[in-house]
Formats: sequence, C-alpha cells, structure tokens
Amino acid sequence: MGFSVVKQDGVTLVDVEGQLIVGNRQELKQKVLEELEGGDRRFVIDFAGTGYIDSSGLGVLVSLSKKIREQGGELRLSGLNEDLRTLFELTKLDTLFRIADTKDEALAGI
Amino acid sequence: MSREIILEVPNDLRAIENTIALVVERCDFCEGHARKLNLNFRVSLAEALANAMLYGNGGDCRKRVRLEICLEKDHVRACVTDQGEGFDPDAIPDPTTPENLTRPGGRGLFLMRKLMDEVRYNERGNSVTLVLRLGTDLGLDEAASA
Repeated sequence: MGFSVVKQDGVTLVDVEGQLIVGNRQELKQKVLEELEGGDRRFVIDFAGTGYIDSSGLGVLVSLSKKIREQGGELRLSGLNEDLRTLFELTKLDTLFRIADTKDEALAGI
Repeated sequence: MSREIILEVPNDLRAIENTIALVVERCDFCEGHARKLNLNFRVSLAEALANAMLYGNGGDCRKRVRLEICLEKDHVRACVTDQGEGFDPDAIPDPTTPENLTRPGGRGLFLMRKLMDEVRYNERGNSVTLVLRLGTDLGLDEAASA
C-alpha cells in the first residue's frame, strides 16, 4: 500500500496502490502539495491499483482539487474500478472531477 | 440459526482494515454476495468504525469501539458503539448539494445510508446499527453442518 509519484510529459502522475483511507490520506495530500508548491500544475491520480477509497479519501481528493484549481492547475482522476466509480456517483463527485478510464487517456487530455 | 461476532476494537484507525478483513472472512459462506459484501458492507462498516474512533471517541486511544456482527438467514447486521457522548445524525447536511459538494468532510454517514438497507442510531447517538439484506437465504444451516 502506498503512493508513487512520477513526472511524465510535464504531468505529475500519482499511482495509488492498495487503498486511500483515513489512515494514509495525509500522505497523499502531502505528496501532491509538495509538487504543487514546487511549481507543478497538472496532476493525474490513477486508481488502477486501488481497491478501496473511503469518505476521508474522497475528502482529500476534493481538498486537493480545490487547492490545485486555486493555483490555476488541473487534477484528473483515472482507473476507477466499478466499485470506486459507484462511490463517486453516489456522492456526486463524478460531477466535480474529470475522470478518465485509463491513465493514458487522462495524460493525453490534460 | 445465526452467527454472531463480538469484538472490542482499540481506538486506532490502523485497526479498521484488519477488523473488517476478519469480519468479511467470517462471511465466507456468502459467496453469491461478494459485491454487496465488498462494497456495501465493507465501506459502511469502515465508515462506521472511523466515525466511532475519530468523532465518537475523539481519537482517544484509551477508549474502545464495540463491534457486534450478526449474520442472520438473509441479512447481515452490524452494531458499532463508541464510548463518546453521541451526536445528532439528523444534523449532518447532505454532502451532495451544490453548496456542500466541495466540502472535504461529511460523506461517511451519507455513504452508509446509501449503501445499507437500514441505518439506525440509538437515542444517545453513540451506537449505529447497520443492516444489509442479501435477498436470498445464506444457507447458514448448511454452513454450520458442513
């Protein structure tokens, strides 16, 4: 379980492995904010390797999206499985985020 | 017949995943309901435990959360009780309205209500009962005799 950060064609790509939950959400937030403070503005967070996101995890994505937009940047999400997509739809967060099927799609469009 | 699991969980967020894994493992006879268990039940139970630890018990590591799971013939019931003063669940705003959508918090109880068939709090507001109906006979009698 963890997060890996790579830079690809000027986009910061974060892979979430395992879970994004109350116990590790601050780690993701810190990693993304460090890159934002370092000048990065385009972000993709990929959930292809993620089994579960809880409400705290959803909350940290909302918070990051707001901070990135405030800096003139953009955050896209990708790789949500059926269950994760259901959580986004139930909470209507699918209307708040740009969500791509795959990280390649997200990277191509950002 | 029914199966019952009672756990006293330490007030430690790191204990949530192991607790849920243990409970879901005991539901091994619910093979035809994997999605309901892995999405509806797992998510709701995790939210209830996190709420109990963070808000109910105020993050106090000296406190505990009591978890009672009852596997009945056609449903699963979970009761999560913290040692806090309780709260008014009706005071939690709808996180999907436009004015609340960009707030970072407030989605835990909403998800429980969406994913479970019943969500009931006791009068004090420190104990929540979650019920998930599985729609078919779980075959507990057969599981017990196997």
